[in-house]
Amino acid sequence: MPPDRLSSTFAALADPTRRAILARLASGQASVTELAAPFEMTMPAVSKHLKVLERAGLIARSRDAQWRPCRLDGEPLRDVAGWMEQYRRFWDESFDRLDDYLQSVQPVHKEKKEDERQ
Amino acid sequence: MSDSKNSKGAATMAKTEFIIEPGSHEIVMTRIFDAPRELVFKAMTDPKLMPKWWGPRDHWTKVDKMDVRPGGSWRFINGDSSGNEYGFHGVYHLVDAPARVVQTFEFEGVPGHVALDTLVLEDLGGKTRLVQQSVFQSVEDRDMMLQTGMRTGATETNDRLAELLVELSKNK
Repeated sequence: MPPDRLSSTFAALADPTRRAILARLASGQASVTELAAPFEMTMPAVSKHLKVLERAGLIARSRDAQWRPCRLDGEPLRDVAGWMEQYRRFWDESFDRLDDYLQSVQPVHKEKKEDERQ
Repeated sequence: MSDSKNSKGAATMAKTEFIIEPGSHEIVMTRIFDAPRELVFKAMTDPKLMPKWWGPRDHWTKVDKMDVRPGGSWRFINGDSSGNEYGFHGVYHLVDAPARVVQTFEFEGVPGHVALDTLVLEDLGGKTRLVQQSVFQSVEDRDMMLQTGMRTGATETNDRLAELLVELSKNK
């Protein structure tokens, strides 16, 4: 993936209002009015955020329907998820293994728990 | 930076929480272990124990050097079955058993890009919370580290997408 696309994805995600809009769209498409409802914001301000998200390819707007619903486009987000996947896996699996080790050396700890339950 | 310290129930206990904010120099990982703090600290600072857990499951780890004291250095080699080997090294700056370790971290694949890691172990009464913060020299350095070794065409489900969104909207 070209790094400039990742940058525009991150720039778009760097705003809490835009993240809230995306989180809302993750549960289905919505009109601009519906998206604006939870925010104390003018419609032009919301439209501005939508334009940033649209330019980053994070949302798409239907040309056909009259109410032009917005929907989430997962592709750039998949890139972000894939981008950090190896790093996440490295540490997540390391900590899983550390957990396994810690459990394996604590027989007394576990027995004590059993005693407490009785 | 968000609510990493509270609202973590038993259901999410065995999971690592990552906080990776756009445009920031740092990565913060949080994990709770069902073991006393002294034991977790020992597992994380004993050269004989490192190979048991450091690195992904399908990789092996060899400790080349691990001198856990201020000014002491460490070097690990992490490898897979296809013969690929990756070196990592750094220097310990502060070792305060069993609560804190401050050390540098450098991946030998991209020399000269050094991160400062602070590992804090919090005693939760029989359980231990690890907070590992890595601060990079620039946003670009951090992003490069995250991207290192990225597999192309990684397939992600919509579940993971939803998780990511929830994570991102949490970091307000």
